[in-house]
Amino acid sequence: MSIEKEKLMKVINTVSFAINDINLYLDTHPTDQEALAQYERYKTVRQQAVKEYTANFGPLTADNVVSTGKWAWVKTPWPWETEGN
Amino acid sequence: MWNYEKRLQYPVNIKETNPKLAKAIISQFGGPDGELSASMRYLSQRYAMPYREVAGILTDIGTEELAHMEIVSAIVHQLTRNLSVEEIKNCGFTDYYVDHTLGLYPVAASGPAFTATYFQSKGDPITDLHEDMAAEQKARTTYDNLIRLIKSPEVLDPIRFLREREIVHYQRFGEALRIVQDNLNSKNFYCYNPAFDK
Repeated sequence: MSIEKEKLMKVINTVSFAINDINLYLDTHPTDQEALAQYERYKTVRQQAVKEYTANFGPLTADNVVSTGKWAWVKTPWPWETEGN
Repeated sequence: MWNYEKRLQYPVNIKETNPKLAKAIISQFGGPDGELSASMRYLSQRYAMPYREVAGILTDIGTEELAHMEIVSAIVHQLTRNLSVEEIKNCGFTDYYVDHTLGLYPVAASGPAFTATYFQSKGDPITDLHEDMAAEQKARTTYDNLIRLIKSPEVLDPIRFLREREIVHYQRFGEALRIVQDNLNSKNFYCYNPAFDK
């Protein structure tokens, strides 16, 4: 995996984890304004990072596939292959 | 409905195989307190949950457990990748290999295959949430037991992440139980099933 790809994936993993953890917290604290603001902040970062990753290194979800003559979803490694991380 | 994202929730990069360790770790895939039973437990319990916040936590933790199942599976896969017959024989992996070759199958470290009896969906929010809190603690104990057996930092790293999540989930289920209790009818002193005895 290239350094750039690795760096971007790390950003996506980190920010997605933050969102995931805030999501669980908000389920049981739905009116916590600080958590709501954090959620919004990380959501923007994640959207940008996923967009950039998809454009340069391939789709992360099957609804973001851009194929040029070949179905791109199955060209990149699956996450359990070491090079997929 | 679910969407699949082509990445692990936490990366797994294991270079050195260790089939003996894989046979211990696979318990967190198909064992009594594994991630498969966790996910099925929470996702099944949602339908008898009268409070939206709590159905939300069951949905979201149940979904995260699927991601954990994938992490555990990736660890087992990478610990057993490209094994030779000699390695299989020398590392005590013959019994698993005979039934599943190098494929992933949900079993406990102590041998038995996965069974739905590893979890309950009792249709009573208070009963179910007590089970969920216990389940998170049991999974945390299992990860503690595994951590004592693991030397390799590349295996320890994702296992420690998974252990931490058990603690966070336990906390969230505790809050969910509080929400259910706060919503009980004031005459329901003995906490009868708030989803059935309305």
